[in-house]
Amino acid sequence: MSEAHAGPLAHHFRDLDQQKEAASLGMWVFIAQEILFFGGLFATYAIYRHLYYDAFSAGSHHLSWKLGFYNTLVLIGSSFTMAMGVHSAATGRRRAITGWILATVLLGGVFLGVKYFEYSEKIAPCFGEGPHAGCLVPGARFDAGALHLDGAPAREVQIYYSLYFAMTGLHALHMIIGIPILLFIARNGWTGRYTPAWHTPVELVGLYWHFVDIIWIFLFPLLYLIGHR
Amino acid sequence: MSEHHVVSWKVYLGIFLILCVLTVATVGAAGRDFGAFNTAIALAIAVTKATLVVLFFMHVKYSPRLTTLVVSAGIAFLLLLIIFTGSDYISRGWPITPAG
Repeated sequence: MSEAHAGPLAHHFRDLDQQKEAASLGMWVFIAQEILFFGGLFATYAIYRHLYYDAFSAGSHHLSWKLGFYNTLVLIGSSFTMAMGVHSAATGRRRAITGWILATVLLGGVFLGVKYFEYSEKIAPCFGEGPHAGCLVPGARFDAGALHLDGAPAREVQIYYSLYFAMTGLHALHMIIGIPILLFIARNGWTGRYTPAWHTPVELVGLYWHFVDIIWIFLFPLLYLIGHR
Repeated sequence: MSEHHVVSWKVYLGIFLILCVLTVATVGAAGRDFGAFNTAIALAIAVTKATLVVLFFMHVKYSPRLTTLVVSAGIAFLLLLIIFTGSDYISRGWPITPAG
């Protein structure tokens, strides 16, 4: 690797390739940690679903699988636009970087908008607001009457909704953190900061965004599609 | 200078379309009764989708072996967490759930 390429090479790296590999490896170690961060919730989910299958099925039936399906396509689409953003950086198309990343932000925003609608439908009734009935936030105000339980104990369904809010909430939080970072990258892309030789920040935020997409790929069938037959 | 692998945009588009088809498939499979296999099918589709994202969108297919090792370590510890906790719950008859 020649030193001629523009790019901020830190003095403790031999060349840009080594620097890029170190940064990428660091991001992957962070993602491995994130797998286990979400893993605790997935393990909890697996055990409680095993113990209270009927309750989880009843809880899942009350979610709109169509909204979950729609949001899955939106998020996969945002992963595609993100991959194209990284591709634009690698091929040195400055304006395309910004365009694809803004498209990613837009799709992420659509996802969160749908999520907001889904949440408010379940939370607003707890405060006597909104057009819908049936508070689905676990706790004293949880309204099991809104669900068709088929005999499943109400408090077991509350465990399902606890996990629903914890898992989708933690996932949404990751997206909310990701969007400002994407906007920062979009701006720097526009000003020509990234070159085919050095565009590590675009790649790293891409890894983060794809990871968040993978979490949703598991959340959708596990939360929305239990016992739909 | 090591080789910088630039994946064609057609690969990304292809992966995106496969992911869409698999999303439709997971909804379709959930609507049919495969008995105990419904969960297995849903997980198999999700794992396939995740693998495609990791290999192509996240470039692990074109990355150093060290990256593959880190990814594998993350997955291995996740499996340890789920399998060992799960086997404890299954084999010890706990918790004893009160009715209602």
